[in-house]
Amino acid sequence: MITILSIAIDALAFGMVLFIISIGLSVMMGLARVVNLAHGAFAMIGGYIASYMLREAGAGFALSTLVAVLGTIAILMPLEFLLYRRLYRNADAFRQILMTIGLTFFIIGITNTVFGPTSKPIPLPEALSGPLDIGFRMVPAHYVLVIACGAITALGLWFLLDKTQFGTRIRATVDNAAMAESLGIRTEILYAATFALAVGLAAFGGVLGAQLLPIEPYYALRYMVIFLVVVSVGGAGSILGALAASLVLGLASTAGKYMAPEFGDFFFYLTVILVVFIFPHGLLGARK
Amino acid sequence: MHSLGRILGALVASAVVSVAHADTIKVGVIGPMSGPYALFGQNFKWGIDAWVAENGDTVGDHKVEFIFRDEESPDPAKSKALAQELIVKDRVQYLAGTYFTPNAMAAAPLLAQGKVPLVVMNAATSSIVEKSPYIVRTSFTMWQNTVPAAKVAKDMGSDKVAIAVSDYGPGHDARDAFKATFEEMGGEVVEEVNMPLSTTDFGPIMQRIKDSGADTIFTFLPSGPPTLAFVKAYIDNGLKADGIKLLSTGDVVTEPDLPAIGEAGLGILSTYHYAVSHDSPENAAFLEAMKTVGAKPGEVTMTAVAAYDGARLIYEMIEATDGKQDPDTAIEAVKGMSWASPRGPVSIDPQTRHIKQNVYLREVAKEGDTFINKETQTFEAQPDWGLAE
Repeated sequence: MITILSIAIDALAFGMVLFIISIGLSVMMGLARVVNLAHGAFAMIGGYIASYMLREAGAGFALSTLVAVLGTIAILMPLEFLLYRRLYRNADAFRQILMTIGLTFFIIGITNTVFGPTSKPIPLPEALSGPLDIGFRMVPAHYVLVIACGAITALGLWFLLDKTQFGTRIRATVDNAAMAESLGIRTEILYAATFALAVGLAAFGGVLGAQLLPIEPYYALRYMVIFLVVVSVGGAGSILGALAASLVLGLASTAGKYMAPEFGDFFFYLTVILVVFIFPHGLLGARK
Repeated sequence: MHSLGRILGALVASAVVSVAHADTIKVGVIGPMSGPYALFGQNFKWGIDAWVAENGDTVGDHKVEFIFRDEESPDPAKSKALAQELIVKDRVQYLAGTYFTPNAMAAAPLLAQGKVPLVVMNAATSSIVEKSPYIVRTSFTMWQNTVPAAKVAKDMGSDKVAIAVSDYGPGHDARDAFKATFEEMGGEVVEEVNMPLSTTDFGPIMQRIKDSGADTIFTFLPSGPPTLAFVKAYIDNGLKADGIKLLSTGDVVTEPDLPAIGEAGLGILSTYHYAVSHDSPENAAFLEAMKTVGAKPGEVTMTAVAAYDGARLIYEMIEATDGKQDPDTAIEAVKGMSWASPRGPVSIDPQTRHIKQNVYLREVAKEGDTFINKETQTFEAQPDWGLAE
């Protein structure tokens, strides 16, 4: 029983990391319809900024995270203007993939040259580092942070997209851009805002997930498949879907690792295959 | 027809003569110059540069030129192609480097054909030297570093050990070496976990180890991002707080990673052949030379010292053959050779052509502001236990 509880906690934490880090991609793919293979690179930029702020500039964790999110958005907004704007909705997938994967290699190269190939730590504040006793076992204290932030992100996004005027406009634009435009919605600005949101979420995930997915130049490619898998299992653009997918996959991965570590990612991908087989559009994806 | 044959013969002869007169001896170095393991390839280069900076780029009246090629990842087909190109196109007389075992294995069959010795500067699976009589190794093997680890475990009173290793060649070597040695001394291995190389989330594995009731963990992972995550998971899941000891080979706590592990890593034990903080005049001179060729103090790793000593062997071989392509004489010349390396006294075992060296027990410690692997015990002149019988 304790073992099952133990696995459940590890799974919940890993699932939340998957969620925080993949939800930005889900937003980008679901709302802007860009298969953004540079998502991992964006998350990595956030991680590097946070690491720099914490270790070189001596800032606190909360401030560093904030600077990482805003800084990543600031660095990448010119790309929205110059490149991504051409890719929304109407561009074919092939062009999207070529451009975003090219961008990824570009960012990896620059990062490797400037920061070197070793992994950069993101030290946690005293209260969140080290073990935390939860009665029947010790867990890493940062689990608490990750789980809380995951829940807040999910709620916040749901509120933003479902309950605000901004969300209504985005959904209108996604459903029928031409009609939305003729009703006076400035779709260009909405897309830019969506891009900023996705980038900010990527950076946030990069910082918070760094304890389980360490920040190094190859981060951008190493975990990209996992992010894409979460989005396709959950259904692009669906917050609840991404959350469900993250938890299911987190559980599959964690339980698999506990029971048969030498099988590696076998159980993770087995679950992916089963889910996609039964729900071709993802757990909560829109059926067209 | 007859005259044509003579012309051709003359052409061939002049080509051969011009090769014999070419006074530049080329050495092809295959290492991870880009990609996740680039730091270690960079250290190959620094180590060789440091040797050249100290000893010049000529041996007798032969100029030595090092050519670097990028192996990037464990990719036998690509490494074989690189080795072939170096031998056939660049006409190298010596090959060196190879960070990954599969890549060294892939180059091995070419050596006899091309009459080219290979100085392995990292790849640590015991059997590599058996793949060709033209291979010498200046790095280490898993058996060499692991057998002392098992002795340490016994000495500090461990009874039940959980072994967690990366699921590939060197990991299996480490597992087998530890298990064989530890069980022979009466210890018990209660858990064996083979972790896929891509693992970065070690929480569930830590839980499994804890459930096994082990009092000590022995681990090996190749240096790289996952080693840090492993150590963190060990600390954060409360295993360290519960008094479960962590013992590893030095690959898990390479110096460039220590600042990232931080205070929490203090006291972690490892057995290894080289610590950057090793206290000897040779090492001080070596680190000084490393600085002059551009290596930052925090980025020096064991591959630099293996490359530095490897360059010494290559110079010795060039001297012994007087610049001629004669691999048998070259290899014979370095068998039994001994010298004072930055890591301590070493020699080339004439039977195995593998380096015999001290293995040190070290403990992560803080000296001033820097984290170091502090040597606390020496196991002298360790052979490759995987081959020595």
